[in-house]
Amino acid sequence: MVKYYTSTALFKYTWDQVAIALWQRYPNPYSKHVLSEDVVHREVINGKLYTKRLLTKTNPMPRWGEHFVRGPRHICVVEESIVDPKNKSLTTYTRNIGMQKLLTIIEKCDYIQNPENLRTTQCNRWAWFQSSFYGFRRALQAFGVERYKSNVTKNVKGFNTTLEQLFMTDIPQQTKTKQKLTEKAKHAVDLAKSKTQPLLTSSSQLP
Amino acid sequence: MNSIGEECTTLKRNYEDCFNKWFSEKFLKGNNEDDCAPLFKVYQTCVKKAIKEKNLDLDCMEKDVLGTEFEKPPPPVSK
Repeated sequence: MVKYYTSTALFKYTWDQVAIALWQRYPNPYSKHVLSEDVVHREVINGKLYTKRLLTKTNPMPRWGEHFVRGPRHICVVEESIVDPKNKSLTTYTRNIGMQKLLTIIEKCDYIQNPENLRTTQCNRWAWFQSSFYGFRRALQAFGVERYKSNVTKNVKGFNTTLEQLFMTDIPQQTKTKQKLTEKAKHAVDLAKSKTQPLLTSSSQLP
Repeated sequence: MNSIGEECTTLKRNYEDCFNKWFSEKFLKGNNEDDCAPLFKVYQTCVKKAIKEKNLDLDCMEKDVLGTEFEKPPPPVSK
């Protein structure tokens, strides 16, 4: 049985800005759980950029699991991505390596221009959770889903912080303070209104 | 952001400075000419050595999944 989770987020920045920020989002105030980030493969094929990154993250175990399961303190995550500037599409596919039997989490994100407003970018996200650890499968999957939801919130906030830093620094200095205060307030409202519609479902039919 | 190998962090930052400039000023505008190959090569040599020393599952890491038959299909939309 595989649990899955889907959500959509809206970034108030253009697709180009989001693509540029993707590579610069770590570190940010919400990414303290990310310990390192490296590109391990990169090439351009037919005008598309193919990249593979390796990230290490902290790996908190559920308290009830700490007595039964000795997991590593850090977990490695591989992120594959394809950037297609011609069609303005950016896809990331992230999975953990090591500890897959305990809990496998796979996430796919599609960043596309928001069809309702081409000056903004939509992020459609899917995640799958699977454990084959005898006796704790459901509990581990449930734990994985809850931790993931928390990480998605941090991910979106962190990405928005990077986007602000990169694309709000062109404002002339004399108007910067006033605009910054206004934008901060606006940003807080925008974030609250951002379209995040989590649909949490479990299914026994998925292979 | 730090590299997995502490000794590679400076090489990583040098490469990233070049890449970020190339990505926004050239790649997104349709110019694929790689300006950063020499910096990338030096950085990669260092990071691959660091990864090997940490005994990570290289086969699993190097496997391509996105865009292949191994990629998970989207889950069914709930009604």
